Amino acid sequence: MAELRALSVSQQVGLLFVVLFGLLGLVTLVAFGRSLGDLTPAQTAVRERFARELRALWIGAVLFWIAWVSGPLGSTLLFGFVSFFALREFVTLTHTRRADHRSLLLAFFIVLPLQYVLVGMRLINAFTVFIPVYVFFAIPVISALANDPFRFLERTAKIQWGVTVTVYGMSHAPALLLLDLPRYRERGAFLVLFLVVVVVAAQVGQEAASRRLRRRPVARAISRSFSWRAFGAGVATAAVVGLLLDWVTPFNPLAGMAMAAIAGAAGTLGEFVMTALKRDAGVGNSSGASSVTGAVGLLDRVAPLCFAAPVFFHSVRGYFGI
Amino acid sequence: MKLPEAAGLALSFIARLITGAQGHWHGSTPKAEQRIYFANHQSHFDWVLIWATLPRDLRAATRPIAARDYWTATPFKHWLTREVFNAVYVSRQRAKDGSGDDEDPLEPLMEALRHGDSLVIFPEGTRGHAADPAPFKSGLYALAQAFPDVQLIPAWIDNVQRVMPKGEVVPVPILCAVVFGPPIALAPGEERRAFLDRARVAVMALREVV
Repeated sequence: MAELRALSVSQQVGLLFVVLFGLLGLVTLVAFGRSLGDLTPAQTAVRERFARELRALWIGAVLFWIAWVSGPLGSTLLFGFVSFFALREFVTLTHTRRADHRSLLLAFFIVLPLQYVLVGMRLINAFTVFIPVYVFFAIPVISALANDPFRFLERTAKIQWGVTVTVYGMSHAPALLLLDLPRYRERGAFLVLFLVVVVVAAQVGQEAASRRLRRRPVARAISRSFSWRAFGAGVATAAVVGLLLDWVTPFNPLAGMAMAAIAGAAGTLGEFVMTALKRDAGVGNSSGASSVTGAVGLLDRVAPLCFAAPVFFHSVRGYFGI
Repeated sequence: MKLPEAAGLALSFIARLITGAQGHWHGSTPKAEQRIYFANHQSHFDWVLIWATLPRDLRAATRPIAARDYWTATPFKHWLTREVFNAVYVSRQRAKDGSGDDEDPLEPLMEALRHGDSLVIFPEGTRGHAADPAPFKSGLYALAQAFPDVQLIPAWIDNVQRVMPKGEVVPVPILCAVVFGPPIALAPGEERRAFLDRARVAVMALREVV
């Protein structure tokens, strides 16, 4: 670990990407090798699902690399676009009415860009209050001006909630790049990577545990796979991965584990909430082909990050007292 | 690349950014055959969505219908419909002065079909608000009668009324889909009303397709 810490920033980054792409390439090769030969239809379905997930991972990794190469501006833009697509999907899933048109325009074309401009300008105080305070105030006003009282609170709440998750939550990921941590300049990208990796690890851990353990689900009507035992396994996985990644973080090992556990827990619970939301919207599972609009895809993948990023961001700030 | 072509690419990019513009083909495939696509009509955006959904090489030969009085009123509208979309212009009103050069409103469509082009028509005639499309007007029947060899492809446009409701000018990003169905044909001796109702049912049936 000491040798790894001694490397220069760009060497560490290079190493990280070599490891990341090397692992992905290895998995892809193995998966391709195993896809040759005869398969039963059930096996083929599993393989196809796995191939889809793998493709998403590749796209994510390449985007990440592009974001790194293009610097803070590039990654802020990248996360901005991801926010846009996630919000588009969220709005598709919820039932909005004609009178919501102006509020939605406000959300998409004013709130979203402005939030990312605030992030890009490192106005930390401004971007943490912009949506909870000012947008919270503006959206119901615009909605009320549209002169339609039908289910007013429900409609306004949905828009506010969608903006909070997909714009406010997501924008905390690029904000990590801009934190000015002691002895950790220019290394914000590691924090983003750390966050993404531990959130994914928590989900993989939870998924694997729920298949093996077959515990009683906590909320059967929402998710058949979510149990406290599986949740614990997910958080533990995140903590272990956090410890392994200790050399890229500004934390000491114990704090790194704690941060990873916090982020992992927030991400897993966030995904659980998203499942509840999809049930409400009448979308069954995440097979991806369940609606004409094909609306379930990106939001599923980024929702855990949207929930974990603000919690992680403020935990880091709290830890360093900045 | 010429300006209209570039404008077309930019427009289809925007349509994709705003709506996803996903095309689902059930019972027909996107092929370079002469076709009449007919669809439900809820928004000005309908045509752009169908157009953006089609593969790029089919777009040039697939033409919309535009009301001449409205879409030639300003140089920009005229340029957009003529150069970018290659629209077929129709007159909404027949000549009132009874001067004799009374053009059949379907004549420009017939002309385009004789020329080998494909068309996109909205047989409801006007943009609707209701959940179900309005009864179809008879133009589709006349075209089917005159051109029995042209494929008639029903299409259902989903969600687009949420993107740009009547009276709004800026679209809200919401995912939309266009579902294309199996072709229908005019049966020998089929009544006009029966055919039009069958065509409308064929469009509505695509709503259930997932």
